[in-house]
Amino acid sequence: MQTVKIVVAGPFNAGKTAFIQSVSEIDVVSTERRITSQSERVKETTTVAMDFGRITVDRNLVLYLFGTPGQRRFDFMWEILAEGMLGFVVLVDSSRPETFREARRILETFRAYAPTPYVVAANKQDCQEAWEIGDMRIALRLDSRTKLLPCVATVKNDVKNVLLELLYSILEAIDAGMGLNSITSRDKNLPSFSLNNTPA
Amino acid sequence: MALKGNLRDFSFTQLLNLINLAHKTGTLVVENPAEVISVSFREGKLAYAQDGNEKDNLIAILHRFNRLSSAQQHALNERLGHMSDKELGLVLINANYLEQREILSCMQVYFTDILNQLFTWVEGLFRFETDRLPPADKITVRMDLENIILAGTHLLQEEDQLLDEIPNLDLALKFIDCAGVNIRDLNLNAQERRVISSINPGISIRQIASSNQLSENEIRRVVNSLMQAGMVEIMRPEGLRHPLPILNRPSRPVPAGITAQKSLINRLINRIRAI
Repeated sequence: MQTVKIVVAGPFNAGKTAFIQSVSEIDVVSTERRITSQSERVKETTTVAMDFGRITVDRNLVLYLFGTPGQRRFDFMWEILAEGMLGFVVLVDSSRPETFREARRILETFRAYAPTPYVVAANKQDCQEAWEIGDMRIALRLDSRTKLLPCVATVKNDVKNVLLELLYSILEAIDAGMGLNSITSRDKNLPSFSLNNTPA
Repeated sequence: MALKGNLRDFSFTQLLNLINLAHKTGTLVVENPAEVISVSFREGKLAYAQDGNEKDNLIAILHRFNRLSSAQQHALNERLGHMSDKELGLVLINANYLEQREILSCMQVYFTDILNQLFTWVEGLFRFETDRLPPADKITVRMDLENIILAGTHLLQEEDQLLDEIPNLDLALKFIDCAGVNIRDLNLNAQERRVISSINPGISIRQIASSNQLSENEIRRVVNSLMQAGMVEIMRPEGLRHPLPILNRPSRPVPAGITAQKSLINRLINRIRAI
């Protein structure tokens, strides 16, 4: 069985868990914990280690989706999760410009981990407060070649579109001779935890 | 769609850069508990600015910039104080009192002063109103934002933010394609000119600083100014695939040739399409 993985990164409360949940064939194996900090009480729980979703392609190939923890104090997990990834998605909450700088930092950090293709997904585009895609591109300092895709993480088709665009970019990278030097085989991608873990 | 937020999270410099690059037309309203400032733009150029606490008319502005004496100000206020700024400007020009160029120059400095206030605000709610244009009876200008942004960032002492924006000096710089912008037309200071002349995709920011005898803080400030003005962006130096030595790890083996790799990705694509 060959396994490959895509990492879903982004600032706190960008919607990473929902994004993975929308397309995962299993209930997302989540490491959410109840938030105790008053400043972060914009939601009840947050991911502290990773989220984990799965899409079985066929008998010989499985795609894993790993969601990173959004809070800075858990960023030691990022490099572990980034190792061997096919590519990554940076998810940004379009309605919270205060997170754009953090999103840029995350993007730069993951680009430094590995020269793999990536896309940026502008989540929560259904919110009234959401910034326009063109404005976000400038705010996030993305050049015109970087794919910035509007999405709503709870809408399956939007998530599919983001993943497909990432895979198209990976195909283009292969055609350009970059190769998939980060594809791993034989379950090397899996961190050492049981898939039967359940959220607390 | 909204373009609103807080300067605490998205600085005024970044906002101006966005308005400039997106060629926006409308009015940016920024407010804190004590003050409201409105700045209008046409196609990404500064058109008009108003400090909500000041009710300056053209006469007051011309007096402030020594184009009118106090006696002249008093006399004009008595006789022509009821006129709009545009009407008054025409009267002054037709009477050979002032040239159009002088009036526009005063307005530009007046508006720039208002914007300079905003550069110093670290907090304040902002919103961009696309449908709102300057009052029809007011004198407007057409000023490029690049120079205003550069001048504004010169005013700021933002060392912590600089470190946050440019944490890694081992990366390189490259120019952004800015159609219609001629670097020679910009008001760059000596440091910025030296840095610009040193930019090369194969040279790190640290090397540029060293060759120009700039400290880390000075080079960060210069690079940040150029970035905020939308002139340059940071990139990985050419020939360096892994820019961060501490993160350098041995590559995983490539499992197969290009055909096999593409086949794998196509299988993923087909599977996701079918979800």
